[in-house]
Amino acid sequence: MRDPIENSGELIGWHDPDENRRWVRENKSRAMTDKRTTVQEAVRKFVPDGCILAMGGFGHIRIPMALIYEIIRQRKRNITMLGKTAVHDIDLMIGGGCVSRVEVAYAFGHELRGLSPCGRRAVETGQVKVTGEISNAGYQWRFLAASMGVPFIPARSMLGTDTIKHSSAKIIEDPWSGKPIALLPACYPDVALFHVHRCDKFGNAQIDGIIIEDFELARAARRIVITTEKIIEHEEIERQPWRTAIPFYLVDAVIEVPFGAHPTEMPVTYYFDEEHIAHWLEVSKTPEGTQKYFEEYVFGVPDYDAYLEKIGGKRRMEELKRIMNLQPPSTGEAAP
Amino acid sequence: MTGQPRYNLTELLACVAAGFIEDGRSAFVGTGFPVVVGMLAQRTHAPGLLIIFEAGGIGPRVPALPISVGDSRTYYKASGASSLHEVMSASQAGYVDYGFLGGAAMDCYGNINTTVIGDWAHPKARLPGSGGANDVGSFVWRAIYVLRQQSKRTFVNKLDFITTPGYLTGPGARERAGLPADTGPYRVITQLGVYGFDDDTKRLKLLALHPGATVDQVREASEFEIIIPEQIGVTAEPTDEQLRILHEIDPRGMVIGK
Repeated sequence: MRDPIENSGELIGWHDPDENRRWVRENKSRAMTDKRTTVQEAVRKFVPDGCILAMGGFGHIRIPMALIYEIIRQRKRNITMLGKTAVHDIDLMIGGGCVSRVEVAYAFGHELRGLSPCGRRAVETGQVKVTGEISNAGYQWRFLAASMGVPFIPARSMLGTDTIKHSSAKIIEDPWSGKPIALLPACYPDVALFHVHRCDKFGNAQIDGIIIEDFELARAARRIVITTEKIIEHEEIERQPWRTAIPFYLVDAVIEVPFGAHPTEMPVTYYFDEEHIAHWLEVSKTPEGTQKYFEEYVFGVPDYDAYLEKIGGKRRMEELKRIMNLQPPSTGEAAP
Repeated sequence: MTGQPRYNLTELLACVAAGFIEDGRSAFVGTGFPVVVGMLAQRTHAPGLLIIFEAGGIGPRVPALPISVGDSRTYYKASGASSLHEVMSASQAGYVDYGFLGGAAMDCYGNINTTVIGDWAHPKARLPGSGGANDVGSFVWRAIYVLRQQSKRTFVNKLDFITTPGYLTGPGARERAGLPADTGPYRVITQLGVYGFDDDTKRLKLLALHPGATVDQVREASEFEIIIPEQIGVTAEPTDEQLRILHEIDPRGMVIGK
């Protein structure tokens, strides 16, 4: 085969591996220090205007909602979002005016629930620019390359399609088989946000259920903020160190946020709040409805605790736990 | 015959799709219809079907229909709850036999668009993009498409955007592009019938009509010419047993309707 085939997607989040190694050497502390902070402070410090941002979780699974509401509340602007199956997260942040660009594996849809009125409106009117396309496996392998400190990773998907033509991948001849192969450039997000089940104050995090892309993403992003259902003692981490999905030296900030994924699902803990998601999909059909939603659930509440009260408080969350556990709905009688 | 029809279109399509799944194989399923198909196959002729979800669920005993490909139901009583990297790598390495795909539009080679309607930079309508569809269409041995609204708008001469590869431009094109050898779309199921792809040209070819559908309807509902062979089958209607199982899988009619 001739020269490498270049494609037209903008190269987002790439660094020369030596440049990134130096950045890591100078900026990432190896010290086991107490990284507990607040949602407000973490967003102020680690989510600057214009950053390249990725979310842990997937679609409506384990999304760090307290951080997302805070990004909207602090009116962050010009974020480039990595649409690695970004669904509820990107939809809200687009509605909040925070996002100006997105690289898309999957965005602007809510799976079975239908397409996203807010995200689509923004792209179709030019408010948000799509920088390029990629597939889910392709994105995750870009993070894998970054996590390994290599400049790219070879893959055999997307070849022959417009998806790869609009991506930042290149195509070369594999020197061994002689067949064409896609080279996916490493992607180092400026910051990635995660919500996990348990974490100690140093940042050692445990995740139950599927880990999806978080193993690779946590090792690819330069800065990491973790919200956790519960902060646990370091001794608990030490008892089962094999359960640490994200080790402390990768982590920059830790915040305890019980029910911090609402209305998305916290695996094996609480289920999607379908009513709330349906409400968002309904009101976000118009810009006015979108703004009203934010006034009610973001600007109208000082913090996440107040938000939780607004969506039905502990009783609602207990109900979502019951649904997760495949139990019938409660009878609706007043709880003691 | 009068009165209520014994089954609806979704039930028919689910039974037809399940019929293409062989026992002892593996299938990538997304949410909604493909889960129903996989579960129906498991509870009838393919109890050994390994169901894999894109976000990491491996071999679950799905207790209730999942809403999302990462839903906890996708690894309920499963053999594994892993990662996208694990299952996509397994699929790239050849472990996944079937995958189900849908789309806004398809061309005669089985290429699919789920990205944009109109120009990419200034779309008339923006759709979600590939998600895992391109990976499934690139890697699985046999992709099965379900496109329940076959028409001149969905069976088109030229796609606005090729999101997911079918046979690209014809015989040998997948291999020339570098996609894994001997893979590609296997069956296309629509409201009218079942299609395969002609061995010599890799163009869409009618294999069977659903009960009551006609060749004229098939021709009428496509911008491109569909190969119509002399011998055309008729798809089997769902049995009472299949219908009973479908309602057991989806008691609230989320996917199959009431």
